[in-house]
Amino acid sequence: MPSRLVLGFILAFILLGPTLFAQSPPAAASSDSARLTKLEQATADAKSSGDNAWMLTSSALVLMMTGPGLALFYGGLVRKKNVLATMVQSFAMMAVITMLWAMVSYSLAFGSGNSFIGGLHHLFLRGVGAQPDADYAATIPLQTFMVYQLMFAIITPALITGAFAERMKFSAMLLFMVLWSLIVYSPMAHMVWGKGGLLNASLGGKFPCLDFAGGTVVHVTSGVSALVCALYLGKRVGYPKESMTPHSVVLSFVGACLLWVGWFGFNAGSALAAGSLATSAFVAAHVGAAAAVIGWSCAEWIRNGKPSALGAISGAVAGLVAITPAAGFVGPMPAVLIGLIAGAFCFFMVATVKARFGYDDSLDAFGVHGAGGTLGALLTGVFAVSAVNPIFKDAQGNVLPSGLIDGNAHQVLNQIVGIVIAWILAIVGTLIILKIVDLTVGLRVSEEEEVQGLDLTQHGEEGYSWEVTA
Amino acid sequence: MTKIEAIIQTSKLEAVKDALHEIGVEGMTVLEVRGHGRQKGHTEFYRGREYTVDLIPKIKLETVLPEAMVEKAVQAIVTAARTGKIGDGKIFLSKVDEAIRIRNDERGEGAL
Repeated sequence: MPSRLVLGFILAFILLGPTLFAQSPPAAASSDSARLTKLEQATADAKSSGDNAWMLTSSALVLMMTGPGLALFYGGLVRKKNVLATMVQSFAMMAVITMLWAMVSYSLAFGSGNSFIGGLHHLFLRGVGAQPDADYAATIPLQTFMVYQLMFAIITPALITGAFAERMKFSAMLLFMVLWSLIVYSPMAHMVWGKGGLLNASLGGKFPCLDFAGGTVVHVTSGVSALVCALYLGKRVGYPKESMTPHSVVLSFVGACLLWVGWFGFNAGSALAAGSLATSAFVAAHVGAAAAVIGWSCAEWIRNGKPSALGAISGAVAGLVAITPAAGFVGPMPAVLIGLIAGAFCFFMVATVKARFGYDDSLDAFGVHGAGGTLGALLTGVFAVSAVNPIFKDAQGNVLPSGLIDGNAHQVLNQIVGIVIAWILAIVGTLIILKIVDLTVGLRVSEEEEVQGLDLTQHGEEGYSWEVTA
Repeated sequence: MTKIEAIIQTSKLEAVKDALHEIGVEGMTVLEVRGHGRQKGHTEFYRGREYTVDLIPKIKLETVLPEAMVEKAVQAIVTAARTGKIGDGKIFLSKVDEAIRIRNDERGEGAL
């Protein structure tokens, strides 16, 4: 009966095993706990590696949104005498804001400070290294968090350049952007995302405003400042009488497609980890963009009789803008709704409202980012649900409802507070900065230079060479 | 010698070129031009704003021919370029005093 014999041995082993192990010396027990500690460390390291890989990828994707994404998108929309000047305005942000961020503005935005602005202890990136800051993102180096946030600080002022395209001095643009980054962007980023910020939803803000990836911080601030710039600088010479059609919708098309792809880093990356929340934000961003293409195109088709390529790509950008604050808080179906509304609404803003009031927001930075961002921030308060992201908890750690459809009607008010603060900061800050720049270096190029084009007069080169000989 | 300047639809260039080759026209110069006659252009929409484009892209074909060939060439162009709709273009004829071949200084109809 060999099988019975085997069974007996196994039974004896199971019964006696624990006693045998219990009798093993204390040294073995401590080696077990050491192994357990090692295992826990290895698990944490693996998660950290995964999160860090995604966050570095996201950082690169968000940089790609500015160059070449936004540079191409805006570059195609201007006349060909201004193509390089327009593209280089975005590109200049990649250099200048990076320097500024490393020296001061990261500290102003994300250092601990008061409710409105961060402190100065991270000047020159002091203390920003491999060690994570658990308040922001517990599994990635603080340096990764810093560089990811930098990419947002770059694209936000670059968005404004669409409003004053084809008429601002390059030197004035540089000074404006440096001041704007310090006076408008850094405080707004601190209030919404920084430790102890007035509007921070998870780190003790007085008015917790839900802004997953920058509806208020990025799009409302840049879009509203864009409107102020367009009004302050005035219209381009010849606007609106002369035809100022985009010189290459093809360039804009490529740029918009790059923006769409880069936006996955913007929205899904804002989960600050590679988990399921990133997936949820990825899906919301994507369906929101797709729905907005349909929203804008249908509105245009009905009004003008044809759905244009420029309309379709503008719709995608409008949808991505509007879904940005909501991406990590809403399910896919509310995201579709937000996208549809944003597409039609932003078309109405650029086609009807702009014409009605006659301001020259040349490339529709306000019509798309200001309007779309405000709409998205508001709708986030309506459609946010704790099932997607349990952001609000009581003292015992129980999850509380997020937005209106989740049973928290009050959140809509908090969103309005966030939106109003962003509007006021953008209007007041931008007016002060424009005044300073106007009085020091002057804002606009001369009329003669404007007619000749900024490529030649500001940079001494041309985007397209039309030499007779090859 | 007569110079034929034919302003035609861009889509008709191949047909006109073939028709001229068929009757023995050996040289021509083709330019991409913009302009309008009675056809008043079209409208374009960019972000809901309407723009009227009144200078429409056209092709201008130039060739200088001996008198004997002129009428045949005009007929060939008219037949090949006509769609019957507004915007088919125009043909202008004008006398040419002299033609000179740069390679060997040959003059007159022989230089064509």
